[in-house]
Amino acid sequence: MSPPPVQSAGPWVQAWRRLRRNRAAMTGAALLIAMVIACFLVPWWLGLDPTTTAPGQRSLPPSWAHGFGTDPLGRDMLARVLVGGRVSLLIGLAATAASVVIGVLYGGLAGFYGGRVDEAMMRIVDFLYGIPYMFLVILVMLMFSETARGEALPVFLALGLVQWLTMARIVRGQVLGLREQDYVLAARVVGARDLRILVRHILPNVMGPVVVYATLTVPTIILLESFLSFLGLGVELSWGQLVAEGVAVVNPIESPWWLLACPSAFLATTLFALNFLGDGLRDALDPKSGA
Amino acid sequence: MIEALLVTAALLAIASLAFLPHAVTRALGALFLSAVAFVFLRHVGGDLLAGLVCAAIGFVAWRFLPGAILRRVAFMVPSLVLLIGVTTWLMYLAPGNPFAQEKSIAPQVEAALRAQYGVPESPLAFFRVYMERLLGEGSLGPALKVKGRTVQEVLLPALPVSLGLGGLALVLAVGMGLLLGVRAGMRPNSWADHASMGLALVGISLPNFVIGAGLMIVLALQLGWLPVAGWGGFRHVWMPALTLALPHAATIARLARSGTIEVLQQDWIRTARAKGLTEARVVSRHALQVAVLPVVSYLGPAAAGILTGSFVVETLFGIPGMGQWFVKGAINRDYSIVLGTALFYCGLITSFNLVVDLLLAWLDPRTRQVA
Repeated sequence: MSPPPVQSAGPWVQAWRRLRRNRAAMTGAALLIAMVIACFLVPWWLGLDPTTTAPGQRSLPPSWAHGFGTDPLGRDMLARVLVGGRVSLLIGLAATAASVVIGVLYGGLAGFYGGRVDEAMMRIVDFLYGIPYMFLVILVMLMFSETARGEALPVFLALGLVQWLTMARIVRGQVLGLREQDYVLAARVVGARDLRILVRHILPNVMGPVVVYATLTVPTIILLESFLSFLGLGVELSWGQLVAEGVAVVNPIESPWWLLACPSAFLATTLFALNFLGDGLRDALDPKSGA
Repeated sequence: MIEALLVTAALLAIASLAFLPHAVTRALGALFLSAVAFVFLRHVGGDLLAGLVCAAIGFVAWRFLPGAILRRVAFMVPSLVLLIGVTTWLMYLAPGNPFAQEKSIAPQVEAALRAQYGVPESPLAFFRVYMERLLGEGSLGPALKVKGRTVQEVLLPALPVSLGLGGLALVLAVGMGLLLGVRAGMRPNSWADHASMGLALVGISLPNFVIGAGLMIVLALQLGWLPVAGWGGFRHVWMPALTLALPHAATIARLARSGTIEVLQQDWIRTARAKGLTEARVVSRHALQVAVLPVVSYLGPAAAGILTGSFVVETLFGIPGMGQWFVKGAINRDYSIVLGTALFYCGLITSFNLVVDLLLAWLDPRTRQVA
């Protein structure tokens, strides 16, 4: 007598179950959802305006009227921090999406064809790796320094341009291993063409590491944007710019600490949450890789 | 557009080096090595002597160096040339030029300045002038925005500053990261583990200029232990180095922790324990060599990250290093300073990556390639 058929859970469902048991990762996810709501809905709901200046209310410490105080131009910091979060989160997501698309395609092709094609393609990646990415980003930013200063598009372009490298390496490494698997041979025997094998049989199996690394790329991008802001090349009204402004006013006599503390706290919380979630996803999607 | 085509062609040419037979890339590597040595040495000993010495260097390299190294060199040297090309191109694409001033200057004056400094109007012509000067005279040219000084004179004093700061930061990052990570990995879920991982997350979650500002407020303004900023004495180096090191110490601690946890579950560790070895000896003699492998392969990215961070940290603390010169040069459109720093950074990173790969091959026989 054969045993009754058991409906086994798919890999993604199993991963979700593992993730749900991970308290740190779930805390991270909850924090992120709260952050998205705070940044995208609350300013609209409360009618906060990050740009209105009030000459009589310069550099006020936090109070009931201004929860996070005001900046030296009398603008409400709560509004600036929340709206700034939109910019930072969107840049992080958009640049990550770009790096995922380029990285998966490039790494997938290199790994799939292997051999000398792979070596040639990876040499180009190595060349780009040899350049400190900040260097490239700053040079690209300079190009837009007069036409589109402070806008999001150049930053997004420059950061997406350099962040796909690691993704390409990860995908290539995975694909190199996967293409030797028996099921790929089976697909080939059935007569599937290269593109179909790559897209239908190999890439779905690479998605785990890709999701994990993408989650960890978002904080990297947000951090990089803050570096650019510090050097005066970032996006207007991002967390990075607010934090950089806060650092600029640190002095021993009287520190408007809220200008540094409020945006830093939001930035750090978001990066914290993303890192927790990324680690949790790694454990859930790729149980073999340890930790 | 011709520049874009040329850059693409050069990139493809470098990539296609991979298709050459190994014997050819080997020979190319030795050739490039001796050519680079020749550019440096001809000013010391004259053309003839330098030529002989470099021919000898090339031959010895070709005969005795492992193929893996020579192949890397065969890619490195053309890559650096391409880097000069790409950087030149990008700088010319940026609006403005080194001679633009607030008042518009007469075209004749600008032409004279361009001729004097060797900065033609087109990027291709500049590339040629630059390469001829670099190969012919071994010189990086005059600094465009620092009156009366060459790039060498500007950057050489900055070299020990950046190397010292970066080196100390790397040592601090590896030291702190390994100590915390291995300890945490030996006793997972103890309070020491949670504390060190919490610290690690702070290091990853804050921009380094915020960490730097925090250190300034606590260590310099409140406690008065260290000077706020500036450069000069031994006491100035600690705060910027710590600022640079913390994010990487954090990553290294996480890598070392997971590496240690994984290794300690292996059968051969159980065997070592069964032999009656002390836990300290098991970890230091048996586990560590394997547990540090992910840390060693992270050294390359860490060095690159520390260099990148140095742009920001040198600006924050007012340190006269390479990073600040690069940022200043890029914003002022000082083409030759930017190219000089670019060569320094890329030369350093590619050589460092080569050393890391060799170290990894020595530590981990599985990654050794058949040359």
